[in-house]
Amino acid sequence: MRAVHHLTLPRALHPGAWWLWALCMAVAASRTRNPVLLVLILAVTGFVVSARRSDAPWAHSFAAFLKLGLLVIAVRVVLQALLSTRSQGNTLLFTLPQIPLPDWAAGVKLGGDVTAEALVTALYDGGQLAVMLCCVGAANALASPRRLLKSLPGALYEMGVACVVALTFAPQLVTDGRRVRAARRLRGRTRASFRTTAMPVLEGALDRSVELAAAMDSRGYGRTAQAPRAQRRLTALCVLLGLLGILLGVYALLTDAMAFPFAAGALAAGVLLAVAAMAVGRQRVSRTRYRPDPWALPEWLVVAAGALAAGAMVIAAVRGVNGLLLAGPLVVPPVPVLPVVGVLIGLVPAIAAPPLRKAVA
Amino acid sequence: MIEFDQVTVTYDGAREPALRDVSFTVPEGELALVIGRTGSGKSTLLRAINGLVPHFTGGTLAGRVLVDGRDTREYRPRDLADVVGMVGQDPMAGFVTDTVEDELAYSMESLGVAPDVMRRRVEETLDLLGLADVRDRALTSLSGGQRQRTAIGAALTSHPAVLVLDEPTSALDPQAAEEVLAALQRLVHDLGVTVVMAEHRLERVIQYADRVIEVPGGAAAVSTGLPADRMVTAPVAPPVVELGRLAGWSPLPLSVRDARRAAVALRSQLDSAAPARPLAALGKELGRCTDLVVGYGNVTALRGVSLSIKAGEVVALMGRNGAGKSTLLNSLVGIITPRSGTATAAGVDPRRTKPKRLVKAVGLVPQEPADLLYAATVADECGSADSDFKVPAGSCRALLERLAPDVPLDMHPRDLSEGQRLCLALAVVLCGAPPLLLLDEPTRGLDYGAKRRLVAILRELAAAGHAVVLSTHDVEMVAEVATRVMVLADGELVSDGETAEVIAGSPAFAPQVAKILAPLPFLTVGEVAEALDRAS
Repeated sequence: MRAVHHLTLPRALHPGAWWLWALCMAVAASRTRNPVLLVLILAVTGFVVSARRSDAPWAHSFAAFLKLGLLVIAVRVVLQALLSTRSQGNTLLFTLPQIPLPDWAAGVKLGGDVTAEALVTALYDGGQLAVMLCCVGAANALASPRRLLKSLPGALYEMGVACVVALTFAPQLVTDGRRVRAARRLRGRTRASFRTTAMPVLEGALDRSVELAAAMDSRGYGRTAQAPRAQRRLTALCVLLGLLGILLGVYALLTDAMAFPFAAGALAAGVLLAVAAMAVGRQRVSRTRYRPDPWALPEWLVVAAGALAAGAMVIAAVRGVNGLLLAGPLVVPPVPVLPVVGVLIGLVPAIAAPPLRKAVA
Repeated sequence: MIEFDQVTVTYDGAREPALRDVSFTVPEGELALVIGRTGSGKSTLLRAINGLVPHFTGGTLAGRVLVDGRDTREYRPRDLADVVGMVGQDPMAGFVTDTVEDELAYSMESLGVAPDVMRRRVEETLDLLGLADVRDRALTSLSGGQRQRTAIGAALTSHPAVLVLDEPTSALDPQAAEEVLAALQRLVHDLGVTVVMAEHRLERVIQYADRVIEVPGGAAAVSTGLPADRMVTAPVAPPVVELGRLAGWSPLPLSVRDARRAAVALRSQLDSAAPARPLAALGKELGRCTDLVVGYGNVTALRGVSLSIKAGEVVALMGRNGAGKSTLLNSLVGIITPRSGTATAAGVDPRRTKPKRLVKAVGLVPQEPADLLYAATVADECGSADSDFKVPAGSCRALLERLAPDVPLDMHPRDLSEGQRLCLALAVVLCGAPPLLLLDEPTRGLDYGAKRRLVAILRELAAAGHAVVLSTHDVEMVAEVATRVMVLADGELVSDGETAEVIAGSPAFAPQVAKILAPLPFLTVGEVAEALDRAS
């Protein structure tokens, strides 16, 4: 067995594997509004993150996403309380002062009676969105998007570089803005104007990008093998259509907006197109890659764990297994066996992903 | 290896060519040093070597540049990437990736080097430049010297025959500069790399140069020669050379070691003399910090610094990159709120004073001088500075003319060279003539002439009752102008005393004259000349 297949050999897992696993967990969360299952999914992703994250700056993003999730729930609940009607149930909790609205806003109600059913439904709906956000946060914490971009296929290399540069420039703009604002004080000016704030920041950013472009040019960026223009255009078109197909398919799978066969079809067609484009595009790229992340047994196990978790949930949803959706807002949530087992399989990466390399003291 | 044949470069829209009729050759394995005044076209010359001029910058290049037999007319910069490694002025601006190892591999990836070769070269380069300990670190977390070495390493991994560096040590503290120069020295000696480098800090680099290329700017011709020959007449010269000229040593020593050996007679001649240092007439207190603690996030930048600055003083703030120098200056103008303790400038609390009144008390030239400049032309900038600080029209322009006489008034401030831009920002702040004047690294990118003019202006201000604080790595400048030196280390004030006391004995901060004449207490060539005058 090659060394990279060992589960215990310390190395960084392929970022793509982490993102696939996390997206699968998000798909699983999208199938249910049962709070027991949602909390379970959150616990599983949280456990894996705490077991396998590094100490890099981005590894703390899970907490940030968790806070964002809480905010989403809070906003949802407050809005529901303000706009609640009695359509969901009749258990009155309290009554807010109602604000009279003009006639043209008939059907909309501000304030008034707030029912327990309405609040609980908002809580569960918000919870679902929050858990899906946390899944993205988990991917972010385990593998920075920048690392993911680095392992993009050769045909998408230029696009990846553009994204990486943008990712570097955004935080730089914030620091520049702060510095320029501080410098304005030194000229004895209090009022901000476009000329004294935005101009220096934008000029600075422009200068920096010109300098970066010069540096990249002198370091051989863009020394690709020549390819006929028609072929380049075809590749670009295939890539775009493929990505569109993937996007459509994933969206349909996540939201129930389209029939399952259509969604799966769009996804498959998108993947096929994209793969074909990359195979063609690879021929014209003459660059090599330094220490590419290997894709070996641990990666397969992590992705498989995610796929099983998502698969169990999707199958349960399609079969109509009891307990994914609640009969009513105020019933005690049931604990369905198949989905629970499925979600628990999502824990596998906590063991299957290799531990991180520790710096040698 | 490099051949310039009657090269003339004219940028689009420029009236005058940036370089005129330049011809020289640099043979393989030499270290060539490009010198010249601020804005004289050194960067243009360096960028012409790998074809950035004119392929990237635009403009017209007449004549021919041959590098390793390749004509830059036919090869674009990216096609020369395997022959020329380029390191820009600001290493951070040229980084494409985010960790040291990836940055080192980047150009090899673009060139399509085989993965196993790449792996080997990255390891070799990490060792060669002493970067193995930081291989996984994010580039933003590196110190200045480490960044510069990473940039050099990134240019080196593709095994170029020529390495081009634009002011590699100007932003570094003395220790980090030593590290970088030692690494370059190894490349030239052990690997036979041809190095072309522009640098204003001649005192740091002249001893390593095999050849000097002087770019005088304007209509004068570019000339080359051996360092010792050039230095006899060069208008810009480091203190060791000036001392050699003064004492009439021949051959002219270029390193402290050679000068020390030549200086035996001079030392005995000066034995009984002492440098005449007029005591600064100290006035009232203009700047004060008490138990100043400043932190960002979980980093503490200053830990309980207390100091007092009086009128008539020129205080030099020294210490490693990241020791807290800029933080201290920024707290004195109220840009940073201290966690505890107080900072007062000319009697006012900078945090609670309106900017309009604050600029009448304290002025700061920040590390990025461009932050202070908003106008579209130099002339407009001077005009708006006059109205900002409510001084008679033309004051700023007069100051600028004194600092840098040849700055074109119709240029955009961003198009000036780094040194010229700094002069403009200096002029803007100086025209307010605040009682307390703070300068954050004012000598970066300045040539000797501009430095001399800056020294004269600072002395004048101090004599007129202003207090000046400058943070700098430039020990020669400190020796010339400072009356007092404070050294910060890790956010604490570790020494504070008269200039001679603090810097003369320190291995890192001693100026060249002090090293040559130790144990005699001389710091500058001027002091020596004056003592010799008195003796005769």
